[in-house]
Amino acid sequence: MRDALVMIDRSMRLTRRTVDALLFSLALPVMLMLLFVYLFGGAIDTGTEYVTYVVPGVILLCAGYSAAATAVTVAQDMTSGVVDRFRSMDVGATALLTGHVVASVARNAVSIALVFGVALLIGFRPQAGPLAWLAACGMLLLFVVAVSWLSAAVGLVASSAEAASGFTFFVLFLPYPSSAFVPIATMPGWLHGFAEHQPTTPVIETVRGLLLDTPAGGSAWRALAWCTGLLLVAVALAALLFRRRTA
Amino acid sequence: MTGTAYGVEAAGLAKSYGGRPVLAGVGVRAERGTVFALLGPNGAGKTTTVRILATLTRPDAGQATVAGFDVLRERGRVRRAISLTGQYAAVDALQTGAENLRMTARLAGLSRRDARRRAADLLSRFDLAEAGDRRVATYSGGMRRRLDLAAGLVGQPSVLFLDEPTTGLDPVGRQAMWEVIRELVRGGVTAFLTTQYLEEADQLADRIAVLDRGRVVAEGTPAQLKERVAGQRLDLTLADRAAYEAAAAHLDGRLVRRDPDRLALGVATDGSAAHVRALLDEVDPGRRAVARFAVHAATLDDVFLALTGPATKEPAHA
Repeated sequence: MRDALVMIDRSMRLTRRTVDALLFSLALPVMLMLLFVYLFGGAIDTGTEYVTYVVPGVILLCAGYSAAATAVTVAQDMTSGVVDRFRSMDVGATALLTGHVVASVARNAVSIALVFGVALLIGFRPQAGPLAWLAACGMLLLFVVAVSWLSAAVGLVASSAEAASGFTFFVLFLPYPSSAFVPIATMPGWLHGFAEHQPTTPVIETVRGLLLDTPAGGSAWRALAWCTGLLLVAVALAALLFRRRTA
Repeated sequence: MTGTAYGVEAAGLAKSYGGRPVLAGVGVRAERGTVFALLGPNGAGKTTTVRILATLTRPDAGQATVAGFDVLRERGRVRRAISLTGQYAAVDALQTGAENLRMTARLAGLSRRDARRRAADLLSRFDLAEAGDRRVATYSGGMRRRLDLAAGLVGQPSVLFLDEPTTGLDPVGRQAMWEVIRELVRGGVTAFLTTQYLEEADQLADRIAVLDRGRVVAEGTPAQLKERVAGQRLDLTLADRAAYEAAAAHLDGRLVRRDPDRLALGVATDGSAAHVRALLDEVDPGRRAVARFAVHAATLDDVFLALTGPATKEPAHA
């Protein structure tokens, strides 16, 4: 427990000091949102104001991308000598990776707040009460934690930080074939199955439903199941991989 | 801690990676409070040996105790008794020296206040007090290595593993590192270091084991090892290239030095007139090939070459 706190302290400090990466992870989601709203938005008809439709999707895209960056920071630790120091001091995988995941959550909190701020400025008008806001933030938090842990596990097996960054692109593209930017009904038939049943769709639908006060059907349960499932698998996998990688 | 006289004791260590044997039965013994050097060329198995002793790698066979604890069955206790300084400084470049040390001290179980004090103490001891609040990214190679070593000392270990502690350092950095290691050993710890520099082993070590292709090919004090090549070396300077090639071919297995640029060869001798004369007659029956000769006391380089054989004729030099 104490080790985990020390590792959190470390990861937070390292994150604050990689200003270039930090600025990028803050600017990218805002730019993507502006891109979707102003460039593509005019051509997309979702039945509502497009900015209102797209904001939950953009938030999820940016959350997933910046959580996936955990793979890179973990891979950096694994390929430098620092992991040997931690291991020879009996610091476990859970403590080390918890540090990375908490730093990822902190990074995300800042960038999500920023996207919401800019979204409100350009006309995003959510209909949510305080409870719904809280639930939406909770949903996003769970998603960020799950993707961060999964990325941490990927970072453990990556042979280099560059290889790990490939994973972030996979996560970056995952929300595209989902209901993030366009309704699934407008996609070709063969894509429906994937788009409806991949993990980001229920999370987006849940956040959208909560913020816009519209019914989200069973999305919330599916989203919770996906996120907790991914989280449990990732934590177990990370512990196993850490032991194997460093045996 | 138990009563054994050895800080490090290992027997029969074996390890293969993908069917390729890296260690083939390595045994070493380092008495408490001494410096033990594992000397060998790149790829000899030095780092693998250290990683096994530091509990980071499991051997395929063999056993070892460090600070009196079994490296397989008492990993936790071994880890609390040792410090490992690897070839790559295990410190965060984006944290300051002081932050790195405080972090390590906290991981070693110190309270926040004690960690702060210990970090300050170590920084001044390793001549890093002024650089303590700078990020490690701005440090020189020697400063990083010293910080790394300092980080390994927060838990007050009784056995230090130093894997090539001065590789890549300039002469000033190397001297500073040697001084730090000597100081620590005077304080009672056991230092187990690996090096490919003969001079380093000669300067620091109480005992040396020469590792070659996964085996210990010789072990003893620096003086004992030097005696193993008869104590003296006969250097021959040949008259021309053809004479050099002929003499080199004739003496092949016995050569301890080859210097084609200077047409010079070195061969072990006991230094007696009879032996030197016999050698000269053997190499140069026509009395034309050898231009001049000289007899020197053997250096560790000679030992190294004589022991590690033809596959490793050109070890890295200090």
